[in-house]
Amino acid sequence: MLIRVRLFALARKQTGLAEVEIDLPEEATVADLKARLGSKCPQLLPLLPNVMIAVDAEYATDDQVVPLDAEVAVIPPVSGGGPLP
Amino acid sequence: MNTPTFDLLGDRAASAPLSPPEVQRYARHLIMPEVAMEGQKRLKAAKVLCIGTGGLGSPLTLYLAAAGVGTIGLVDFDVVDVSNLQRQIIHFTSDVGRPKITSAEEKLRAINPDLNVVRHEHALDSGNAMAICAPYDVIVDGTDNFPTRYLVNDACVLLGKPNVYGSIFRFDGQASVFFPPSGPCYRCLYPEPPPPGLVPSCAEGGVLGILPGLIGVVQATEAVKLILGKGRPLIGRLLLYDALDMSFREMKVRKNPRCPICGPNPTIHALIDYQEFCGVRGEEATTEAMAAASNGTITPLELKELLDRGDAPLILDVRNPEEIAICRIAGSVVIPLPELPQRLRELKRGVPMVVHCKSGMRSAKAIKLLEAEGFSNLRNLTGGILAWIKDVDPSQPVY
Repeated sequence: MLIRVRLFALARKQTGLAEVEIDLPEEATVADLKARLGSKCPQLLPLLPNVMIAVDAEYATDDQVVPLDAEVAVIPPVSGGGPLP
Repeated sequence: MNTPTFDLLGDRAASAPLSPPEVQRYARHLIMPEVAMEGQKRLKAAKVLCIGTGGLGSPLTLYLAAAGVGTIGLVDFDVVDVSNLQRQIIHFTSDVGRPKITSAEEKLRAINPDLNVVRHEHALDSGNAMAICAPYDVIVDGTDNFPTRYLVNDACVLLGKPNVYGSIFRFDGQASVFFPPSGPCYRCLYPEPPPPGLVPSCAEGGVLGILPGLIGVVQATEAVKLILGKGRPLIGRLLLYDALDMSFREMKVRKNPRCPICGPNPTIHALIDYQEFCGVRGEEATTEAMAAASNGTITPLELKELLDRGDAPLILDVRNPEEIAICRIAGSVVIPLPELPQRLRELKRGVPMVVHCKSGMRSAKAIKLLEAEGFSNLRNLTGGILAWIKDVDPSQPVY
């Protein structure tokens, strides 16, 4: 199944994309989705351990199953760090 | 959905009657049943602490002062910089170089002379956060770094105070109200901070100047609603705003049963060392060690001498294209640090190379990376292009 994944903040900046489509087997979990996302967009790999994932506009844990036609959002933490080194 | 109701002030509002000039000032509030005399007295009795008087703190404190919040605490120890003015609208051009807290206090008092401003002119840390936050009814987080973000979150959870959260990046903004047990805290959403340096600040990533205006005003609205005890607060909801798309989305967020501070089995019972938790100290040490280890450095004046002699090394600039458009050392090769691993083939091996960025951190990382790839004869330009402009080429602008 094809899942629409919306990217926010730094995830969008790193990929230059507002949305990507990820092909997932049925019964795949959020953790599976993160892994596929990392191989499709390697720029996201360093971010993925710390992002919040929302499935159908609701916070989702790694073990949650991604339902058919789900809309997924990748929401990285925002703000931090000192001035530009 | 049930709307949680709060009474943050108890009977304190009763002891804050309005004077006739105040009645005139707040007339547009007083005729609305959701505010009315009772609500305006609540606002007058309320104490709101604003952490930071920057992009978010500017609009939110201006509106809270205008709305009649009686006491506003300000935490800031920074000085107004000319690059703040693009978004930090409480500070004026004439304030550049002055303490932000003084500049902010003046503007707030000018808007509302009845306002009581409490100054906390120091960095919020684990040693003072509980004492600073304790007297306030609502804490509004206008910080720009992860250690303070987690510190504010934890202090609010431990004190049982609502934490009105906002953050901004480029064209994207987020806002929520963290108020366990009614909803999650920041740690429920983001249990672990990202590694230092991964998530850019406004200074690194840039920010649309107007963006904090919108998010700060959302925060002010939520603070006022909490004080009034009216409406549906942004508890358990994360608001996402995309200025480029002009769209608002809302994500439901829940308490994390394994949250180390607001979960049923907390492991954090007191404030911790947030610099260490966010890896900031380690990062500083590593960078220092890195700079010290790469004893190959060159000062801007030494580089100028080489260029004048016709003995020019390859100059590699690892800044981003937008930064190159602002200023540049003539003849440099540009490869932004994130692209460097994929673009090594573009660099000649064995030739003397001077690497630079804005001030020397990213170039130190680039040198480490190049050395690991077998490059040699590398030197880091001390102080980066900022030092170059200061010492050699003052005709170029700095940023």
